[in-house]
Amino acid sequence: MSGVIGTSVKRREDAALLIGKGKYCDDFTLPNMTHAVIVRSPYGHARINSVLTTEAAEHPGVIAVFTGRDVVNSDIGGVVPTGWLLPGIKTPEHPILATDTVRYAGDGVAVVVAEDRYIARDAAELVEVDYEPLDAVTDVLAAVADGAPQLFEEAPGNISFDWDLGDAEATAAAFDRAAHTVEVDLRNNRLIPHAVEPRGCLASFDDTSGELTLYVTTQNPHLHRLLMSLASLNLPEHKMRIIAPEVGGGFGSKIHHYPDEAIASFCSMQIGRPVKWIATRSETNLTDAHGRDHASHAEIALDAQGKILGLRVKTHAAMGAYLSTFAPAVPTYLYGTLLSGQYDIPAIHVQTLGVFTNTSPVDAYRGAGRPEATFVVERLIDMAADATGLSVVEIRRRNFVSKDDFPYQTAVALAYDSGNYDGAMDRALELSGYEALRAEQKRRREAGDTKLMGIGISSFIEACGLAPSQVVGALGAQAGLYESGKVRVHPTGSVTVYTGSSAHGQGHETTFAQVVADRLSIDVDQVEVVHGDTGEVPFGMGTYGSRSAAVGGSAISTALDKVIAKSRKIAAHMLEASEDDVVFEDNAFHVRGVPSKSQGWGDVVLAAYLAHNLPEGLEPGLEETSFYNPENFTYPFGTHICVVEIDSETGAVELQRYVAVDDVGNVINPMIVDGQVHGGLAQGIGQALWEHAVYSDDGQLLSGTLLDYAVPRAHNLPFFETDRTVTPCPHNPLGVKGVGEAGSIASPATVTNAVVDALSPYGVKHMDMPLTPEKIWRAIHRNGG
Amino acid sequence: MGQQVRIEVNGTTHEREVDPRTLLVHFLREDLALTGTNVGCETSLCGACTVLIDGEAVKSCTQLAVQADGTSVTTIEGLAQDGELHPLQTAFHEEHGLQCGFCTPGMILTAVDLLNDNPTPSADEIRQGLKGNICRCTGYHNIIKAVQRAAEGGAS
Repeated sequence: MSGVIGTSVKRREDAALLIGKGKYCDDFTLPNMTHAVIVRSPYGHARINSVLTTEAAEHPGVIAVFTGRDVVNSDIGGVVPTGWLLPGIKTPEHPILATDTVRYAGDGVAVVVAEDRYIARDAAELVEVDYEPLDAVTDVLAAVADGAPQLFEEAPGNISFDWDLGDAEATAAAFDRAAHTVEVDLRNNRLIPHAVEPRGCLASFDDTSGELTLYVTTQNPHLHRLLMSLASLNLPEHKMRIIAPEVGGGFGSKIHHYPDEAIASFCSMQIGRPVKWIATRSETNLTDAHGRDHASHAEIALDAQGKILGLRVKTHAAMGAYLSTFAPAVPTYLYGTLLSGQYDIPAIHVQTLGVFTNTSPVDAYRGAGRPEATFVVERLIDMAADATGLSVVEIRRRNFVSKDDFPYQTAVALAYDSGNYDGAMDRALELSGYEALRAEQKRRREAGDTKLMGIGISSFIEACGLAPSQVVGALGAQAGLYESGKVRVHPTGSVTVYTGSSAHGQGHETTFAQVVADRLSIDVDQVEVVHGDTGEVPFGMGTYGSRSAAVGGSAISTALDKVIAKSRKIAAHMLEASEDDVVFEDNAFHVRGVPSKSQGWGDVVLAAYLAHNLPEGLEPGLEETSFYNPENFTYPFGTHICVVEIDSETGAVELQRYVAVDDVGNVINPMIVDGQVHGGLAQGIGQALWEHAVYSDDGQLLSGTLLDYAVPRAHNLPFFETDRTVTPCPHNPLGVKGVGEAGSIASPATVTNAVVDALSPYGVKHMDMPLTPEKIWRAIHRNGG
Repeated sequence: MGQQVRIEVNGTTHEREVDPRTLLVHFLREDLALTGTNVGCETSLCGACTVLIDGEAVKSCTQLAVQADGTSVTTIEGLAQDGELHPLQTAFHEEHGLQCGFCTPGMILTAVDLLNDNPTPSADEIRQGLKGNICRCTGYHNIIKAVQRAAEGGAS
């Protein structure tokens, strides 16, 4: 019904999920199905002398064993590509199974296919690989040092790309005339995504029709089909059906095309039976694309009044052992372009080096580049406040882009469309009781409290709604970033919507039904939403980058425009009125100024399908498709404030309050939007306080299990205090901006700023995440405490 | 080689011969086709596979099927009675306590055990009670609220 946008409609997705009837990848069983286990390198870097498979192949219950050589000798493509190219980028080949060299612990060398998963696992142990270990390098700065082990001959110094953006000269001039400059070396810690459902797939090749059906844990089934068709399998797209069933979380890690789904498909093509591959937790942690892993040198220049004159950043970004699907875009166009933050900064220069390391590949993880940029900017701003003597609130206010200055062209390519940064800051200060918090902090410090209170603030910007296709094409994307929406109105007036977005927990079936119901003034239960199946849905780009409402929702909205335009023609014909005089309102077509003349939606839809009396030249039926190509990114923003308490005797941090004020434009379903904020916050807070993917120097993942990698648990977190301001996006029909990543973008900086604030009496200016008790204790006690 | 087990699952008794190394979760998922119980880590650390064995929450990924011989197991499929959702299931829906849903069966069954032990838990007690179950989507905020709501409605 109209008015349904903006209400917390309960999720229709829940019905199946709550009773165990949601079907995830591992829940599918096909007749004659087999199970694959991939044999993976235990070394971070090694030459493969030989792979002996005889014993494994002879093991009872084993159907086949394949190696990298078998892939090379087949007629499939056998490599996974990167989908984003930069000038001068080195893109060494990434074979789906290694043949000569393994470059990270987890690199696949062989695959065993057996009658059940236990047998496959047993037999995988029987594959004998003779490795000759090579020197490895896992740290991003060590990898570019002289004499570092080299991953690829074609990438000297382990450099994949050397990219820059902004005006280096103008930035240097800004620093020359600055009254204050601050610089910092900082790390953005490597993260493992940890969707609770491990990655997996079920491939079924029909060798009579030549068709492959692939169930796979993916956020973008069409992208998988495209990349597999073009590179890894070389099957024609019309012979491939990719299905994303229920997907148990993604957070970016299920965007990418991994070798594994190509390996399972290859096996199915070879043996003519369905092949299921499901990662174990330690396997998914070893091989999922990790997030972040930056080392940056960052500088800010300010005038005597604390107005920012310039910002300069040089970042070494780990790419891991191979370039994953969108890896080159993350530390460049999703990072460097965000370094203006919410601030009016006349000169910015950023240089990013993409660096190969003997680790799992690094790619988009919730926020993807934007949390890293926010961390740089919001740490520098706090340090600049310290240097200038301004408060952390005042320095932000002095530099905010004013709400009257939109659209605002930044010094790093983006044109912010709308914003009200002071408004969000005001609300966050009010909601947190900021002044009282500062007073309490002052009181406690003066009283010598051994529990150190810290207050952190972060005002962040993100570029979401990925993305205008022409723009990303010019920047190196090997795909467009529009979205598809198809609206099929059935003869009795109910609707099925097909969206190229591919939800994996976001609740699109509910939200998109609201969009349709609102527009057509029909009940939400009259709308079905179909997604995640290339056999049913028009080509679409999937769900990531907080794009689904802004781009996918807009595609549905513009398809609805077409549906209404056509049905208006039919209604005008039925009402014997001019089309221009007919308006659609409250589920009926009315003749303007003649209240007695109207035709109900249902009658008009039925007329479209009966086709007994249609306007001349109009085709029967009522079904429209739109490919919506956004004209700009969207720019959600907000201010977050948190309170921490540090036990000075142990270094332990307790996060006591977290206040998040976000502006994500118009809101379709507030309940779902709040849920997205909560989840993002937990991940960002996890990054700040606990999470860290650690490799040993020789390439072992030391935090590869949930015992060593600290994912936030229920008792680690407080209730979150959330609120919103609403500044609609001016360039999409729904006025929405996207919310999926906001929490994870703002919170690492918010929490770090709070911890540094708590430790400021000890002279601490900066600390790298995760902010573990040991690190904090050392910071407190380095001068004797 | 197989070993005979007799396990009651969701009220139905199953007598089967299983390979002694078969994990309970695979017995449930593959032998009985009860795929509502999910596997997230195989190491008892994420809790996605939690089921009730004789009323106690147990992680079925590190329990052998033969260890469950003679017991009564409840999985998420068996929680609703006569088509009526358990109050925790209703509360998770009402409070938006699930997003991708993968952790939800284990989370709800753990909460059933929690409320049986402590029908009126504080928020902190709920957080402590659920700390063996990882959710990566919700930040736990609405999960805690859902358990509170169910408790207030007398879910135990």
